[in-house]
Amino acid sequence: MAAHALTLRQRVRLPLPWLSLAALLAAVVILPVIVLAATAAQGSEGLWSHVGRHVLPQASLNTLWLLLGVGIVVGVIGTGCAWLVSAYEFPGRRWLSWALLLPLAVPTYVVAYAYLDLLHPLGPVQSLVRDLLGYDSPRQFRLPDIRSLAGCIGLLGLVLYPYVYATVRAMFATQAASVLESARSLGAGPVAVFTRVALPLARPAIAVGMSLALLETLNDIGASQFLGIQTLTVSVYTTWVTRSDLAGAAQIALSMLVLVVLLVVLERYSRRRQRYASSARSRPLPPARLRGGKAWLATALVSLPVLLGFVAPFAFLAWESWKRMGAHGIPAAVLDATWNTFTIAVIATGVTVAAGLLLAWSLRLAQYRGTGERFAAVTLRVGSLGYALPGTVLAIGLLTPMAWFDAGVARVAGAIGLDSGMVLMASGGALVLAYTLRFLAITAGGIDAGFGRVPVSMDHAAGSLGHTPGAILRRVHWPLLRPALAGGALLVFVDTMKELPATLLLRPMNFETLATWLYADAARGAYEDGAMAALLIVLVGLLPVILLARTRRGAVVEVPA
Amino acid sequence: MRVSALIKWPFLASLALAAVPALAADEVNLYTTREPGLIQPLLDSFSRDTGIKVNTVFVADGLLERVRAEGGRSPADVLMTVDSGNLLDLVGNGLTQGIESATLESVVPAHLRGADGSWFTLSLRDRVLYAHKDLELDSFNYEDLADPKWKGKVCIRSGQHPYNISLIAAMIAHDGVEATENWLRGVKANLARKAAGGDRDVARDILAGICDLGLANAYYVGRMKNEPAGSEQRRWGDAIKVIRPHFAYGSEGGTHVNISGAAVARHAPNRGNAVRLLEYLVGDQAQSLYAKANYEYPVKAGVELDPVVASFGALKVDPLPMTEIARFRKQASELVDRVGFDN
Repeated sequence: MAAHALTLRQRVRLPLPWLSLAALLAAVVILPVIVLAATAAQGSEGLWSHVGRHVLPQASLNTLWLLLGVGIVVGVIGTGCAWLVSAYEFPGRRWLSWALLLPLAVPTYVVAYAYLDLLHPLGPVQSLVRDLLGYDSPRQFRLPDIRSLAGCIGLLGLVLYPYVYATVRAMFATQAASVLESARSLGAGPVAVFTRVALPLARPAIAVGMSLALLETLNDIGASQFLGIQTLTVSVYTTWVTRSDLAGAAQIALSMLVLVVLLVVLERYSRRRQRYASSARSRPLPPARLRGGKAWLATALVSLPVLLGFVAPFAFLAWESWKRMGAHGIPAAVLDATWNTFTIAVIATGVTVAAGLLLAWSLRLAQYRGTGERFAAVTLRVGSLGYALPGTVLAIGLLTPMAWFDAGVARVAGAIGLDSGMVLMASGGALVLAYTLRFLAITAGGIDAGFGRVPVSMDHAAGSLGHTPGAILRRVHWPLLRPALAGGALLVFVDTMKELPATLLLRPMNFETLATWLYADAARGAYEDGAMAALLIVLVGLLPVILLARTRRGAVVEVPA
Repeated sequence: MRVSALIKWPFLASLALAAVPALAADEVNLYTTREPGLIQPLLDSFSRDTGIKVNTVFVADGLLERVRAEGGRSPADVLMTVDSGNLLDLVGNGLTQGIESATLESVVPAHLRGADGSWFTLSLRDRVLYAHKDLELDSFNYEDLADPKWKGKVCIRSGQHPYNISLIAAMIAHDGVEATENWLRGVKANLARKAAGGDRDVARDILAGICDLGLANAYYVGRMKNEPAGSEQRRWGDAIKVIRPHFAYGSEGGTHVNISGAAVARHAPNRGNAVRLLEYLVGDQAQSLYAKANYEYPVKAGVELDPVVASFGALKVDPLPMTEIARFRKQASELVDRVGFDN
């Protein structure tokens, strides 16, 4: 039997151990989806017709407008800024080119809290406007309310554009130089170079960055709910919480998942024939120097997203925290929460990187062996599905499988006379698992794309020199993969730190993170007390963002799903 | 190897983090949807007086799903929520157990607890009218909020928020579905801004001139008006006055209240301590903290109120049983969707 299996393996050279591990991982990812599907199937038809008639039409419309709006905002800001800092030289370009990533450290719910205060009729901005216009009461003059679809689009766009900026800038920095220089030397004007060469060239990068930003938008609960926008995700939440109808919520969530998968498939299909590989050695594009007014205009344009997406909310939070600290000092609970946040994010990041490497490596190995490639590719896609699920939905879907796991462990422990209690559910393990499943797409996609840059022929060359696959991974890929690994790790770290809904549901007793602490304050309507937690989230998040800006100048965000 | 790391880590961590509190003797494990800031003083004083340590997890939503999934091994002793609907859901799903306690039965009026001891009210939270302080208005019925004369003058949080759902469910019980639907449409037409934000935003937006009146819970006013003079919140609080509305068609009239309450979990490993905690929470000291620190209305009669809350006058509670409100909760939520209240 064993001998037979061995010969079979030798014959087809299937990388079985790796593939099985990867498949196991993918199965864990798909588990919450299956649980959700089972829950959805129990739903009453009456509810489905209610949701279909009174909830879905408006929620779908709102979601569509939101996605469209955010897509345009992040596309324009991200691509425009990436182009300006790549193609031109102007005052402040060097530091602006990394400062543009800073809004990544600001969670959507934090930017919403900050701007509601900043732009409220009683806040500093409108007070100043009233002073300038000579009104003395907000009853006489007010700007439009930020709690609107347009407000939500603007705020989400301001903190999500870095996804597009990072990918597009990386594309311009590594691949564009020769083509763009040819265009310039053939006499194309700056507008023509941008619209006819740079833009088509950047299209896959824009698509990748946008799909990340749009998935964040689709799954956002913090900002949308806070600003009163009834999106599909908010409806999932309402159906579950207010009507205690998990089945109905699961139905909406699954329809959303189908939608996301369709969109991703469509996006991949639309560029199946395009090849963007370049044989030219990659080198940065030499920027053209702008002079006078144009140069300062470029500085102003590129500074704007940094000012609005980062500096303004950050300064506001810092000011509010300063006021609170003066009155109450730093609560010890906030320091505990900071430590918890940091620790759990580090652990989750490590596990997510390892899991991503497993998925991507088994695909690479299958390509190298020339067999099982399709299976491995599907495994990778399935493993990346978690990113398309709202955190709350993933967390609910995980509850049941984790309870099974704990029951199994308890049975084993009981057999040897131990009381294991709740192993996963009562430990940070549940959180780590949830974060891993949620953000696996980031590392798996990034590492897979990293492998993609090295032709498989190089593996074969190394193999023919007598290297084992393990040695190929270590000696050929590892040095080349490090930027992708680092970039993925940093993104996962930031995302984990900001994550709220799954953290709220799955954390152990006496365990607060900065996000849950902030939420607890917001829950009783005291967001100004949460300013300190919000500030700390941004500060802790800055660290990886600055590192991210230094590694390969942000060329690290890769295709999800 | 990597998958094993994925499984091994939680194992180790659980030994360090979880197993200890779950097994230790003089402890009680509390799962709560209440904001930790509000109950922490109560729990600290319980621990000081009894020597029993309270481990808490603040679960905003999904308390029910979590306890249900944890099943027989759940470490939860006490389940605490801020909405009668959520509490009765826990009872309805068999996640609580009935307890007998002379203390609890004598303090908590019969219509504010489960007959079998499966749940108990700890404090009352009346849903009142915040009105601009200069508005000439002395009495108000909930039904009046739909009056076209308030067009563009009303602020309220999301219709799907449990506080509003509970009120709407009570209105269905009093006035019927059709009248309630018309009422909701009327209120929607009167809104000055999106139905969003929190209860205190009503006061804040009244100060900002966005609206003149709105519904919100009373205890927020206690908190705002007790802030130091000149502070932001104090200015919000000082911009409004509070009127306790009644239901126009309710048989006896009365103000709608929601409750904060608690139950002993079905599989509570520290059942004795759980009962002690509940009894403590309806005692004089804790009830006084509910009234003075949280500005809620104590469930125990005769406990002294905070002066700000006392200034609203006596609270006449709508006598509709909590179970009746819970019965119409789902219908209320569907009505909110149907009239597009939050859109």
